[in-house]
Amino acid sequence: MKVLYFAWLRQRTGVGEETVSPPPSVRDVAGLVEWLRTRGPGYAEALKDLSAIRVAVNQEFATVDAAISPDDEIALFPPMTGG
Amino acid sequence: MAIRVQREDFDPGREIEALTTGNTAVGGVASFIGLVRDVAGDQPGSAMTLEHYPGMTEKMLAEIDTEANRRWPLEASLIIHRYGRLEPGDRIVLVVTASAHRAAALEACHFLIDWLKTKAPFWKLEETGDGDSKWVEARASDDAAADRWTRRHDKDAAE
Repeated sequence: MKVLYFAWLRQRTGVGEETVSPPPSVRDVAGLVEWLRTRGPGYAEALKDLSAIRVAVNQEFATVDAAISPDDEIALFPPMTGG
Repeated sequence: MAIRVQREDFDPGREIEALTTGNTAVGGVASFIGLVRDVAGDQPGSAMTLEHYPGMTEKMLAEIDTEANRRWPLEASLIIHRYGRLEPGDRIVLVVTASAHRAAALEACHFLIDWLKTKAPFWKLEETGDGDSKWVEARASDDAAADRWTRRHDKDAAE
């Protein structure tokens, strides 16, 4: 699945976009974040506080309990500050 | 209804004119223009960079615009939002709404900018003047401003 990171999540992970293959036990966004944290210190730092992160699944806002599948595009980002 | 997400500046006068030219059903036009201020938090700022989520940005702006057109009888609407590096005084965003009467145009314009701030995937990185930069934090007052329209709508729906 494709994972996108924006703003300080992109800076801390050092990645804007990547394709990952988490184990089948990863079924929702919370599970994905937990697995991503194990990918390195930058990920652990960026993803340490789930409550600071907003999520979109296939470009629709979602909650951390949203189910995910291998064809999905998951985006992780802080609360938005446009306008 | 039209949505544009672009790096380039825009000309508000020209945009407003283009939106309403030829439509004589329009009796009122409202607009909002957001500018970069020279203050970052409580520090003097020099510039900022706006990052966004290409694809989802356009989609969310279109959804918000659709919602405005559902709630108010608009003849035309336009949202332009810039991204990239912007300096104090630069235009960031333009919202224009046109309707037969002023109330619909004014309310829809206010609604669009309030919802856009909390629902469109943009993030501001402010240069703090000392060579450093800082991501702008979302403000509770922006959530409250957006929420006002939700409550009002829900209340209307319940009546």
